[in-house]
Amino acid sequence: MRKFLLLLLVMITGVVFAGRLFYLQIYDTSFKQLSEDNAIKTVYDYPQRGYIFDRNDKLMVQNQPSFDVMVIPRDVKNLDTLAFCEMIKMPKEDFIEKMRKARVYSPRLASPILPQLTKQEYASLSEKIHKFDGFFIQKRTLRDYEVQHSANVLGYIREVNQYIIDRNPAYEMGEIIGMTGVEKQYEDILRGVKGVKYIQKDRFNRDIGAYEDGIYDTLPQRGKDITLTIDATLQAYGEKLFTNKRGGIVAIEPSSGEILALVTAPNFDPGLLVGRERSKNFNQLSRDTTALPLYDRGLLAEYPPGSPFKTLTALIGLQENVIDIKETIACRGGYYYGTRGRKLGCHAHSSPLSMEGGIAKSCNAYFCTVYRRIIEKYDSPQQGIDNWRNHLMSFGLGQFMGYDLPAGKRGKIPSSRTYNAMYPNNNWYSTATISNAIGQGEVLLTPMQMANFTATIANRGWYKKPHIIKNIQDYDTIPGQYTDINKTTIDPQHFQPVVDGMHEVFTNGTATFLQVPGIDICGKTGTAENYTKIDGKRTQLTDHSVFVAFAPKDNPKIAIAVFVENGYWGARWAGRISSLMIEKYIKGEITLTAMEDYVLNGSLMHEYEKPYSGEPFNINQ
Amino acid sequence: MQNTRTLKFDWLTIFFFLALVTIGWFNIYSASYTDGGSGIFDFNQTYAKQLLWICLSIVLIVFILALDVKFYERFSSIIYIVSLLSLIGLFIFGKNINGATSWYALGPASIQPSEFAKAATALALAKYVSDIQTNISEFKDQLKAFLILALPALIIIPQPDPGSALIYAAFIFPLYREGLHFVYLLLGFFAAALFVGTLAIGVLWVSAIVLVIATGVYLKNRKRKPSVFKYVTIAIACIGFALSVNYIFENVFEQRHRDRFNIVLGKETDSKGIGYNTNQSEIAIGSGGWFGKGWTEGTQTKGNFVPEQQTDYIFSTVGEEWGFAGSLLVVALFVFLIIRLLVLAERQKSQFARVYGYSVAAILFFHFFVNIGMVTGLFPTVGIPLPFFSYGGSGLWGFTILLFIFVRLDAGNYYYT
Repeated sequence: MRKFLLLLLVMITGVVFAGRLFYLQIYDTSFKQLSEDNAIKTVYDYPQRGYIFDRNDKLMVQNQPSFDVMVIPRDVKNLDTLAFCEMIKMPKEDFIEKMRKARVYSPRLASPILPQLTKQEYASLSEKIHKFDGFFIQKRTLRDYEVQHSANVLGYIREVNQYIIDRNPAYEMGEIIGMTGVEKQYEDILRGVKGVKYIQKDRFNRDIGAYEDGIYDTLPQRGKDITLTIDATLQAYGEKLFTNKRGGIVAIEPSSGEILALVTAPNFDPGLLVGRERSKNFNQLSRDTTALPLYDRGLLAEYPPGSPFKTLTALIGLQENVIDIKETIACRGGYYYGTRGRKLGCHAHSSPLSMEGGIAKSCNAYFCTVYRRIIEKYDSPQQGIDNWRNHLMSFGLGQFMGYDLPAGKRGKIPSSRTYNAMYPNNNWYSTATISNAIGQGEVLLTPMQMANFTATIANRGWYKKPHIIKNIQDYDTIPGQYTDINKTTIDPQHFQPVVDGMHEVFTNGTATFLQVPGIDICGKTGTAENYTKIDGKRTQLTDHSVFVAFAPKDNPKIAIAVFVENGYWGARWAGRISSLMIEKYIKGEITLTAMEDYVLNGSLMHEYEKPYSGEPFNINQ
Repeated sequence: MQNTRTLKFDWLTIFFFLALVTIGWFNIYSASYTDGGSGIFDFNQTYAKQLLWICLSIVLIVFILALDVKFYERFSSIIYIVSLLSLIGLFIFGKNINGATSWYALGPASIQPSEFAKAATALALAKYVSDIQTNISEFKDQLKAFLILALPALIIIPQPDPGSALIYAAFIFPLYREGLHFVYLLLGFFAAALFVGTLAIGVLWVSAIVLVIATGVYLKNRKRKPSVFKYVTIAIACIGFALSVNYIFENVFEQRHRDRFNIVLGKETDSKGIGYNTNQSEIAIGSGGWFGKGWTEGTQTKGNFVPEQQTDYIFSTVGEEWGFAGSLLVVALFVFLIIRLLVLAERQKSQFARVYGYSVAAILFFHFFVNIGMVTGLFPTVGIPLPFFSYGGSGLWGFTILLFIFVRLDAGNYYYT
């Protein structure tokens, strides 16, 4: 026993140690992760975001360096508060409060004391700041907007929050992500690729050099620039025309589907969402729940299209062969239908009218007649409606259009199911849906969809998907879906009469005073009834002023849809804005200065206050 | 026959020694390696100094092996006394490093006499025990043997270096081998149990448990009419010991020792403060996996996360860079070396060589046991080095002398031709 005790103990110890090592090194894997966390610091080198240009290579968005005075509260020693406050020109009370907040946030992590220095401030501070322990200047990159418009198109960016990080592991705290507009749509292209440096740390958290001499490190790759189809001049002009009005403009180049302008009003200066005042400004914008400046009306607002929709009724009528362009239809101040003499009213105009006249004068009776024939051509109204709907769907209506902006609505084109659900036992007839003929009833379109069908008519039967990307740096082409031609279900031969009718709107119709010298414009006015609930009661508001147009008549360069909320007659606001936009785009200058003055100085703000003030609305006077 | 004297050294022991020193140096190199150094001959660098110590230790080995085998037995008392004097001299000439006055400053180097005192004490103990007049089973001789051990330990404790003093407990194994009653081992074990118990659960609980056990044993044996007095005495002695442990812990120990015990006993879990060493060491070892990160590739090692990594915590570098395989190899080398020494000791014809060999094995075992136990988080942090591995000239030389005197004694037993 005496000989073997120590021997035994040595062996037992060896076995125990082997077991312990197995536990630490093999069995318990938690130590491995911990090691990576505490010995290697991963430092990201953030790339510059790509620039954004307009279709004429005008720079819209670039980057600016920004310098923040930061503090790590724990490292602050022997601070001469008075001298420091004098240096950064900050009242002592504010400084003490900021320091308190910084300490509350974290004594070890950096907090901003004075964000976003001017270049002069940076120049003078950068020489002196090292005298104050715990303070330093940090460089960041911010967006720099060269334009004061297009906020809805460009979209805004923000620092990612935990919610985004949890759902998208490619992002880490402190990174920037596009939230709306092209910043969101083309995030992957604009953001670039961040560089990574692995730095070996010691136990005091000090850097002691590159890990593995930097073989795993990567350099950042700058984000790629993109060129938009937007014409910045036209866009700016459109936003200017909407001063004190609400609504939207969508302008498309028919031959390519390129979006020339995408205006929503009210809008805001994109520069508001950069810099010291960002969160204050953002709150202000997002809390404006009546004007909704962050709401992109061009893409999101679903309006009843009103009379411009009649052009589609005409096209479907021709395709379904239920009307001849020569056939005239009488109007007795409206369209009478049903057994109890129900009437859909019309305004005063000459009668009877053929198709061109019907479009030019916007005769409700004409299109109700055509619409009813379209529906009643089939055995049941269900079949009729669904067939009608198929035609409209081929224009991209009633569905997401597939354009490259991260916001949109389907609009609404009713189907047999819509009415089956509304009427018990599927017991309904074409007359129940008669308002659809004139773009009221159950039909809702976004301005983008309005512009798209106008472009389709301008092209006489086809369209390319609207899109906002014109070119991506280092890419030769844009996605093929935006160069493919989409044909409608309407035979191309049927478009010319409708185009002629839309031309007559300007020569002998509802928009004669909107002619632009030297440009043959085709268009269609619209005065769309709309309703809202006030104190729980369905109340009709002043009509929306609607206008669609394209120009020139042959080889069209621009197709446009304009909505002016509660603007009343289509020609009054939307028509004028269309003509001005068309002249601006095609001629590059405005000769209709009287019209321009009228629009610029006109305000509808009193209209928008009516639901709150209780004043009566002007409806179909 | 030629009139020459040949010596048969135990090459297996020498092989283990060389293997450990070599592996040790590579790990010191890794642990102290920075991009700033200019090669292995830059003597500002720890690994270069250690290489120098290793080279000089070869000279030392040659010298030790060249001496006559009788020298060690004959001069053991003088060596012991010189060693004691060098320890006492520290109180006058000593240099304070890391809070302990355990060093003599000799120009650029420092010498730690307590590292050499182990070998001296082992010689003195072997000499005394192997004396024809000594009978270790007698109390009087036991007392003298304990005195030989206690003297250096008592001088070392107040330096303060309780870690180094603790090593002298290892000598209980050679004494037991030579006939010390088993009760001393038990006593030592119970003392340790009472010690840890007192710290872990407090004097009151320990006293209660002692009384319950004593009563239980008494009741079980009452048919044999045991003396109540004996039981009461033992119980009072135990409780008295617990009380004195409490007193020593609170008044003699420094706060850092208290903290270390508290961590291992699970009373403190502050991984950023006092538990930092052990925690970081476990992380480093744990991150090694099966085969480690490769030599000089250890991220924890490079970041100096483990304090004292070149010295007491050198094993964490092995764990991180060589993984389970490498750590196991080092553990195996130590186990084999110690077993080999025990086998050799049993083989000795002279009692002096046997006691000395046993002492060497016991001392190495204690270092190995306490050091790796500490680094892997099984035992309290006690600042003692891993033999042949840890950085430090005194330590390396101390262990080299300790080991090679035995290699010499072992060889001396064989051939005189």
